[in-house]
Amino acid sequence: MIATLLAQVSSTFEPPTLDFHALAPEITFAACVALLYLVDMIKLEDGRRLMPGLSGLALLAPLIPIMTLALDGADRTLFGGAFVVDNVALLLKAMFFLSGYVVVLLSTNHLAEGDFWESEYYLMLTSSLLGMVVMSSARDLVTIFVALELLSIPAYLMATWEKRSLRSNEAGLKYYLMGVFASALMLYGMSLLFGISGSTLLTDIGARIAEGNSSTPIVSLAIVLVIVGFAFKVSAVPFHSWAPDTYEGAPTPVTAFLAVASKAAGFVALLQLAFVGFAGRTDVVEPLMWVLAAASMTVGNLIALRQTNIVRMLAYSGIAQAGFILAPFAVMSDSATESLTAVVTYLVIYAAMNLGAFVIVIAVARKTQSGEISSFGGLFGYAPGLTVAMTVFLASLAGIPPLGGWFAKFVVFKALATAGTPWGYSLAVVMAVNSVVAFYYYALVLKAMWFDEAPYGDTSPVRVPVSLISATGLTAGATILFGVFPGLLGHFTGSLEGIIAVLPGG
Amino acid sequence: MTDFLNDWGLTIPTLLPLVAAVVMMLIPKAEEETHKVVALATSLVVAVFGVLLLLNFDFDRTKDLQFAVDIGWIDIIRSRFTIGVDGIALPLILLTMFVVPLVIIYSWNHFPEPHNPKAFLILIMILHTGMLGSFVAQDLILFFVFFEVVLLPMYFMIGVWGGEQRQYASIKFFLYTLFGSALMIVSFLALFVLTGAETFNMVQLAEQVAAREIALSTQVLIFGGMFMGFGIKVPMFPFHTWLPDAHTQAPTQGSVILAAVLLKLGTYGFVRIALPILPDAAIEWAPWIGLLAVIGIIYGALGCLAQTDMKRLIAFSSVAHMGYVMLGIATLTDFGINAAIFGMVAHGLITGMLFFIAGSIKERFHTLEIKRLGGLLKQAPRMGWILGLTTMASLGLPGLAGFWGEFPAILAAYNPAEGLNVTLFRAYMVIAALGTVLAAAYLLWLYQRTAFGEPKEEFAHEHVHDMHVTEWIAWIPMVIAFVVLGLMPGLLFGMMDGAVTNMVRTAFGG
Repeated sequence: MIATLLAQVSSTFEPPTLDFHALAPEITFAACVALLYLVDMIKLEDGRRLMPGLSGLALLAPLIPIMTLALDGADRTLFGGAFVVDNVALLLKAMFFLSGYVVVLLSTNHLAEGDFWESEYYLMLTSSLLGMVVMSSARDLVTIFVALELLSIPAYLMATWEKRSLRSNEAGLKYYLMGVFASALMLYGMSLLFGISGSTLLTDIGARIAEGNSSTPIVSLAIVLVIVGFAFKVSAVPFHSWAPDTYEGAPTPVTAFLAVASKAAGFVALLQLAFVGFAGRTDVVEPLMWVLAAASMTVGNLIALRQTNIVRMLAYSGIAQAGFILAPFAVMSDSATESLTAVVTYLVIYAAMNLGAFVIVIAVARKTQSGEISSFGGLFGYAPGLTVAMTVFLASLAGIPPLGGWFAKFVVFKALATAGTPWGYSLAVVMAVNSVVAFYYYALVLKAMWFDEAPYGDTSPVRVPVSLISATGLTAGATILFGVFPGLLGHFTGSLEGIIAVLPGG
Repeated sequence: MTDFLNDWGLTIPTLLPLVAAVVMMLIPKAEEETHKVVALATSLVVAVFGVLLLLNFDFDRTKDLQFAVDIGWIDIIRSRFTIGVDGIALPLILLTMFVVPLVIIYSWNHFPEPHNPKAFLILIMILHTGMLGSFVAQDLILFFVFFEVVLLPMYFMIGVWGGEQRQYASIKFFLYTLFGSALMIVSFLALFVLTGAETFNMVQLAEQVAAREIALSTQVLIFGGMFMGFGIKVPMFPFHTWLPDAHTQAPTQGSVILAAVLLKLGTYGFVRIALPILPDAAIEWAPWIGLLAVIGIIYGALGCLAQTDMKRLIAFSSVAHMGYVMLGIATLTDFGINAAIFGMVAHGLITGMLFFIAGSIKERFHTLEIKRLGGLLKQAPRMGWILGLTTMASLGLPGLAGFWGEFPAILAAYNPAEGLNVTLFRAYMVIAALGTVLAAAYLLWLYQRTAFGEPKEEFAHEHVHDMHVTEWIAWIPMVIAFVVLGLMPGLLFGMMDGAVTNMVRTAFGG
């Protein structure tokens, strides 16, 4: 019985031809992660000291196949279109690996000096990153969902990593419940999409939706559910309420990871869904995105103005920045290429500058043991290097040339202006006003660092470990480089026509 | 030599201060002398480049971009590193190169609290790059980047080294300017998209706008965005309120740079970008700009009369003076714009000088409250005389530079460009002329109260040091400059007239 079944299956089943070069980054990384698990099991407690270094190497090793693929330059499609390796995917993968590397640098001392499980942390971190890397190439509902859960579940655990802290537990629980709720919504939407199109491939779904044969309300409902699910993930208003509590309660390196890598992964999925899957129904996507973007930047900024804790402030600033990243989606039909370029460019630059800000927060908290903005008082007097670096990151987040953030904002403005519609221009004006508001709360930190006196007159120097210094160097270097020579990103984002080509009528 | 200047003559002086800033970051804070020497040497090298540029500048074709460089920068948005200098930019570039070394010399032993020459000089170096870059940039995005580069250093300079209300003043300065530039960049992008020119080059955009016949209402809106960006920077009434605060709270060096160069970025933006690219919209806007300009003249002057603080008074006089510059621009004639550029340079030298003196007075008497001062001519006669000469220059006495900024601007309003309401501009002319009387009143009154009479009781028995060596070195070139320009205005008019006439003819056919 079983034998005949197997024979039947094997006769109809054609093994896919695998392009191992295209999969090399994932394979290398997965092998490294497996090795980490082995090291942990064999060496047990002795392995703790090795883990940060090893996981750092594991994150850097896949950059080699990424480099060779980039030099090769050809777009590769695997598994019947479910997995695509193009220049944008490579850029995003490199961004995830490097962000992960910076997070490892951030975590090393923080974990070793606190009351944490160490080895398991790095295993969770690397597993989550594996999910993000797969997400960069996923063009299929199932692949997207698996990647999303692979990146989310370890992240839920990491948020509670400070076991004996009530806040950390609250952070993890909130993040978990909200995350599962969002996944459920998303899955419901995805099942409807599958029902409409009979396929899980985004290209098929896109083609089917564009035909317009299927009944409209169902399609609209499916699209809205999926987008709302991801709006939770990227913490867009009004689905943002978990973010500040989670960010404040989680250990700060984990917060940096959630705020940058995890959020970027959500945007990557949204990017593929919107531009490949939903391109035929921009009448639903665009107004929804317009509202999400305008609400996120405005509400995020206004609440950020009143924060006294720097991590909460960065959380709300992150919500506002999510609004900026969502803005190009609102004009995706009128300026497709510009919008895609804008989102990808913004994500990469945002990763560098926001991670950088967290590096400094962690470095300063080592001395002050506080997350209050007032604890940054007088930093310029006793730690000018950290002050200048933080100034670079905050000014970049505010969008001041010649730092990376200005170019990120600029490409979004450009996408909105290129659309040339009243909707585009009105969102550009909302964004311009918000950029000014945003500067005010970044300036509160600048003010504390440069103008105020140190609290209690404590001007003993901050001892910054080497790992944090290198993390600062990496992120500050990237922030400045992207600002002065934004063309560096152009090599990758210039080839976005690859994605556009599959758009109906594109 | 000429080849070298053609290739590198603008790039090196623009970027050298930035390199110096990086080098200074690596030198330990304790080595203050080294920092001072590096900063001064850099600014002097830049000034030498200025002299070389002046000597090699072809005065027969001032309307053309000279020493131009055009290389790729951000290809994906079609923005290029395009720099060059013509007769309009040259006076302002030279002004910047001239003022910065003097500011550093003045600072030598006068670093304001909390001292820290390293950080202070690094900020001046970054400012230097930003200011020069804005004047040489011929690409809108490049201009925007340099225009914004000056913001942060000035913010920190006011906020760290400023007076009592420094935090309020610095954030106000920043937010006002940022608001303007955010709308400005939207305007730039709208131009880029609407012309479809695929370029941010200023000259090409001007040609494209002329060729494409974009709807006038759209042009007027785009001009409005630029007006916010440049007008706040000038500053024009009613956006001027950041200026008195920023000037009063800034350290002396900050005030000097702010008055001498930063304000000119706004007026320069009008002459370089807004008018040539959007001439039709400029004609629509000109009456309103003229109106705000004359309100600024009268309001600034009345504001001066009401001030009790010397530095705040000088700041309000800046609002009035920039009003003349804007009136000159609003006439849209070559005569008015020539006067406006002359006014920019003259105001930079004279008001910069007034702030220098105010700083030195503050250092000696620890106050700038006018009613507590008096008898400067008795206690520090040399400084008193220099103050006298500078106030005369500021009120527009013929023979000194201030005259050539104000008088022709007023005269130009008699006969504005074609398409503008002559009666209206003649009314502006009369009001602006009344403004000069008020200017004489507040400046002479200021001089009377601070320099004449006997020193006040509280300072009568104090020994007041007259001029320091650094003050002599820093001030004498300024005084010589505004006296020479006053006696021989042709030096400057000859430099820019060709370029201005050409710009006006191309844009307005006048």
